[in-house]
Amino acid sequence: MMAWREAGEALAAGRAGLVSLWADGPRARLALLLDDTVQIVDHPAPDGTFPSIGRLHPPAIRLERALAESSPLVPLGLPDTRRWLDHGENPTVYPFLPVKGRHLHQIPVGPVHAGIIEPGHFRFTCDGETVVRLEERLGYVHRGVEALMAGKVPAEAARIAARISGDATVAYAFAFARAVESVLGVAVPPRAIWLRALMAELERLANHLGDVGAICNDAAFGLLLAHCSVLREEVLRACAFAFRHRLMMGCVVPGGVAVDLSREGEARLRALAARVGAAFPPLLSLYDRTASLQDRTVGTGILRPELAALWAAGGFVGRASGRDFDARRFTPPYEALSFSVPVLEAGDVDARLRIRAAEISESLGLITQILDRLPVGPLLARVPAGAGEGFSLVESFRGDVFFHLRITEGLIVRAHARDPSWFQWPLLEAAIEGNIVADFPLCNKSFNCSYAGHDL
Amino acid sequence: MIRATLIQALQMALVLLLAPGLVGLVRAVKARLMRRRGPPVIQPYRALRRLLAKEAVIADNASWLFRTAPYLILALTWAAASVVPTFSTDLAFARLGDLIVITALLGAARFLLALAGLDIGTSFGGIGASREVFFASFAEPAMLMIVVTLAILAGSTELTSIAAFMLSPAAGLRVSAALALVSLVIVALAENGRIPVDNPATHLELTMVHEAMVLEYSARHLAMIELAAALQLLLMISVIACIFFPFGLGSGVLLGLAAWLAKLGAAGVLLGIFEVSIAKMRVFRVPELIGGALMLGLLGTLLLYVSRGL
Repeated sequence: MMAWREAGEALAAGRAGLVSLWADGPRARLALLLDDTVQIVDHPAPDGTFPSIGRLHPPAIRLERALAESSPLVPLGLPDTRRWLDHGENPTVYPFLPVKGRHLHQIPVGPVHAGIIEPGHFRFTCDGETVVRLEERLGYVHRGVEALMAGKVPAEAARIAARISGDATVAYAFAFARAVESVLGVAVPPRAIWLRALMAELERLANHLGDVGAICNDAAFGLLLAHCSVLREEVLRACAFAFRHRLMMGCVVPGGVAVDLSREGEARLRALAARVGAAFPPLLSLYDRTASLQDRTVGTGILRPELAALWAAGGFVGRASGRDFDARRFTPPYEALSFSVPVLEAGDVDARLRIRAAEISESLGLITQILDRLPVGPLLARVPAGAGEGFSLVESFRGDVFFHLRITEGLIVRAHARDPSWFQWPLLEAAIEGNIVADFPLCNKSFNCSYAGHDL
Repeated sequence: MIRATLIQALQMALVLLLAPGLVGLVRAVKARLMRRRGPPVIQPYRALRRLLAKEAVIADNASWLFRTAPYLILALTWAAASVVPTFSTDLAFARLGDLIVITALLGAARFLLALAGLDIGTSFGGIGASREVFFASFAEPAMLMIVVTLAILAGSTELTSIAAFMLSPAAGLRVSAALALVSLVIVALAENGRIPVDNPATHLELTMVHEAMVLEYSARHLAMIELAAALQLLLMISVIACIFFPFGLGSGVLLGLAAWLAKLGAAGVLLGIFEVSIAKMRVFRVPELIGGALMLGLLGTLLLYVSRGL
């Protein structure tokens, strides 16, 4: 067992990646990624304090700020003690970090935006058109999800878990179910394992298609948005036909899956894979042929690989900046499937778009493989009442979702969910620095971080 | 005299009436090309009616300038649009139909709009005004270079005379006129805030130019601004049509009207196709584009100096 201080040093030295940090009663808990395995390190804090990890390893700072306001524990030496998710009694007062220099001006954007997106505040400090610093202020969609899940039986809590971030509902339900199953030792039927992967890939496909179009639309190239939206809609309709819900919300439950795939559903999904597989490559080549569009995406919002590695950034954000990590490699049934994880080094908007495009074709391949080899059998195993703790790491379209659960007498005592956005939002601040302010929407869309998943 | 006054009145009514329809046409073409059904062509008229019926919300710190600017901007743009020979050269104010007068009227409107954007003191208004003036500092000299080229060619800056010259056999096919046309199209795209310079359909405040300046406007004020923007688009298309495609201008009111409507329709469709097939430029790339227009205008002038035959 690793000691707390040792873990902090390993993180700071880059030998381990931060997965999450949270409070569970009188102890602080740290999850870190060491040689592709997740380790949990505890620090009992009988006096209510623990040495801050954020002091050594900046990616932990926001997690510790959220921890400090939602538990009685105090991280000693935490460099930033401002509120984070809970805005407190006077939400209008927030001391943004000072920026010094001549001819600087500030642009406040949000929390309410002009488009139909989630709320979050961005404070730009600019020198003319150039962004000197961007500071985010989040927490506007803080709903107290973790507290809501406490005291519930897994089946009930699964409904909440599926609603943490609506666009990744399958991934969240998947992660929650796997955490429950690891705590209570449930053997999930093979057909359910494969159907979960099928749903996860359909979710990834729909979101990536939407993102590719939306990124191009932010450069005022609406044509690709129009075509990608049509494809995304076809995916959602096929999902509605096959699983009776467009986003497949509530389809993955602890113990297995709640819906079976019929013969007709299978045929529909095969047709969908063929259709998207035929329609998407021409769109990508349209992107390749539109010089005015690439002029906007190439070289914009570069995230340096060192930062992506230090923050252990998941998903397309990490993979576009050279971090070769995909939680699917350790999740059944993916070990039985063949797929590759695209990795690029450029770290710009273009690279993040191309990672998505490559993942779309990988997902299409996975969907066909799963449909070809889908086992028959039961869908749901009984979830016994039990006690213990366990965790899971599941790849959502955005990156790895971490879920940790402690269960006593069949009831959840402490649930902790960590969205990949926790380690992507801060990198957006870094990526936009030195870019022009008009390129922010493009960068932001290429990151596409979750507000709800982060704010909990 | 009476005929000229009547034609002038008809022109003033027509430009105001047709301008929102032109905007609606461009939007409809874009929607169709993007596989959307899109709103009907008359949607901008409905939007204007809706805006006029609404209660105006004005920022607490807005001065009189903010409230009066929309009317002045509309008046200036309307004045500029009324003197362009659109379907007939027989206008009562034909003598005012001078390229330099039109440029100055539009410049004054832009100046007022930038001031109004700054007046309310929001950061978006400031960004929009700063970008608008930045682009204008390239677009206006480019426009003047085009005027110089045309003046040397036709011997006048009056649109009526230029149109008459272009219709005459003396015009022929000229390299310098072609350069001026390309240059004028670029300037028109920039002045009207079209893609690739600005995106009139965006909701992203940080990327806006024209829209950022008018973000705080509502109701009747916004209606004036939108009508002025539509008028400006119609005006620039009419100027291009009058100079480079003056067919039908000297041959009776009815034929002239039909020709003008056809030209507006063609320009609207072309603009829609162009906007769908190109992405927006980076802010700092725009001066390169408009600077290119300036250079083309200059080249046109130089060519004329070097050889009167080109």
